[in-house]
Amino acid sequence: MNDLFDMPSYLEHSFLGLVGLHLREALVPVLAGLVLALPLAQLCVRFRWLYPPVLWVTTVLYAIPSLAFFVVLIDYTGLSELTVMIPLAVYSLVVLVPAIVDGVRSVPQETLAAATAMGLGPVRRYLQVQLPIAAPAILAGLRVAAVSSISLVSVGMLIGNEGALGNMLDAGLKYNQPRLVWLSVISTAVLAILVDALLIVLRVWVTPWMPRGAGRGTRPVLAKGAAR
Amino acid sequence: MIRIDSVTKRYPDGTVAVDRLSLEIPDRSITVLVGPSGCGKTTTLRMINRMVEPSEGTILLDGVDIQQQPVNTLRRSMGYVIQNAGLFQHRTILDNIATVPRLLGWGKEKSRARARELMERVGLDGSLAKRYPYQLSGGQQQRVGVARALAADPPVLLMDEPFSAVDPVVRKGLQDELLRIQEELGKTIVFVTHDIDEAVKLGTMVAVMRTGGHLAQFAPPAELLTDPADAFVEDFLGADRGIRRLSFFSSAGLDLLIGPIVAVDASAEQIAAAGRAGAPYLLVVDTDGRPVGWGDPAELAAGAIDTDGLLSHGRPFTAGGDSLRAALDCAVLSPTGWAVAVDGEGRATGVVSQTSIGEAIRGAHAGRATAGTAQKVAP
Repeated sequence: MNDLFDMPSYLEHSFLGLVGLHLREALVPVLAGLVLALPLAQLCVRFRWLYPPVLWVTTVLYAIPSLAFFVVLIDYTGLSELTVMIPLAVYSLVVLVPAIVDGVRSVPQETLAAATAMGLGPVRRYLQVQLPIAAPAILAGLRVAAVSSISLVSVGMLIGNEGALGNMLDAGLKYNQPRLVWLSVISTAVLAILVDALLIVLRVWVTPWMPRGAGRGTRPVLAKGAAR
Repeated sequence: MIRIDSVTKRYPDGTVAVDRLSLEIPDRSITVLVGPSGCGKTTTLRMINRMVEPSEGTILLDGVDIQQQPVNTLRRSMGYVIQNAGLFQHRTILDNIATVPRLLGWGKEKSRARARELMERVGLDGSLAKRYPYQLSGGQQQRVGVARALAADPPVLLMDEPFSAVDPVVRKGLQDELLRIQEELGKTIVFVTHDIDEAVKLGTMVAVMRTGGHLAQFAPPAELLTDPADAFVEDFLGADRGIRRLSFFSSAGLDLLIGPIVAVDASAEQIAAAGRAGAPYLLVVDTDGRPVGWGDPAELAAGAIDTDGLLSHGRPFTAGGDSLRAALDCAVLSPTGWAVAVDGEGRATGVVSQTSIGEAIRGAHAGRATAGTAQKVAP
């Protein structure tokens, strides 16, 4: 049994170490993307004209291959985790910005008017009304961003030992070890499913006010993630 | 008192929503702004709590320009009820109602205690406190909206078409509830609606507005129905304003006949005497005095009264409690053309013909012309 999870020494990590690295490299960028997307989305809500160009820019950034990103970034951040994480954070914007904008815009007009009429200023209105009501849409965006980020981390192997489970896959292919190939592929998939499930649990937990069974349709469809 | 002083709202594109409007909204009464869509009634309402800022003119609250105080302080001193309630879907009913007290720094426990008190006041069951808005019906949500507006006990209540999105039965219930609450609390209420019937029912004063933000007429509802200022108001009031006006006249003065009433166990002599009382039909009542139906005097006199063969007496009206409109409605719907008056317990107190009601209407109009005041009676 132990043999199954034994890693060759040149991977520099145990199996669990690789899993930890993979999660860190995948999820830290999504969180960074969220921190970046929240103010960006609020600007897009506030100034409607800004939304189309922002959407256009995030889409174009998403279209840049990660290899090209690496080539540029290596000069600044070297062969580090950061070089993998920066492109992933940028990619997550393409999902998160529209998810937040749509979520905040979906707050009913009369709810906003009532909040204003009761004397909630713009900051309270945003934090106490718009953001909580947008939470399901934001979490739906986070699910897509997290899952696609987990699948994308593997390309980090292109710059050396930064691909986590991707390096395991690479090793398996290079040295003809099907065990490593299978283990890498299945582990990546299991991680993605687990993180997705956790986010669903989080959504149910933070939105006790939602009718049961609702919110399923709010997950944006993103076919692009599959192409990478 | 809220005093709107030649206020104009002009939008950057040149549209004029409200045009030199002046209005004095009396304290502790319901003032209704009514008119077709685009007449500026909602804009006017929103200028009172500065959700819309006027381009010209001033609005005074108890003699002080509303621009004098911070906007959120002003808003927290005015309750606001909106169409579809506009509840915070992510907060429980209790927390929704406690919103303004919390903003005013009342503390969690005090705010919630106040919220519970208000749930009771607006007729909401305490078991709903921990529910979320999606679990409530439209009518219940609207009650929460009213409770939320009343939470910090503001002197002024602004209501923007609050009941227009619920079905007619629920709407009637909410209107009656509002009148009851107003009886207890005596708020200064500004109420916007496009429904003239609602305006006439709720308003102490009614401001009819016309497209372009002009005030067409500002008057108590009875006066509005009697003397519409112009063709627009007359048209807006609808074709049956004469009939609706009768809502403002009490049926107390009607000349009720008790002669044509016979008990179900009456003797032939009693029936014969009743037949000479001046009505073409006799009203048969049961042993408790409650109406059973109309019968032909000759047939009734012929033998024991057969209650199955009687004509329906229709819906009776409460003498004194109902308006002349209700009495006339009963007479029109009655198969004999005579209306049946009952007391609070449902016992017949008399019958009255359409002709007699017609005389009372003419009398009421003549009396009104001299007295000039009319008490609103339940329609």
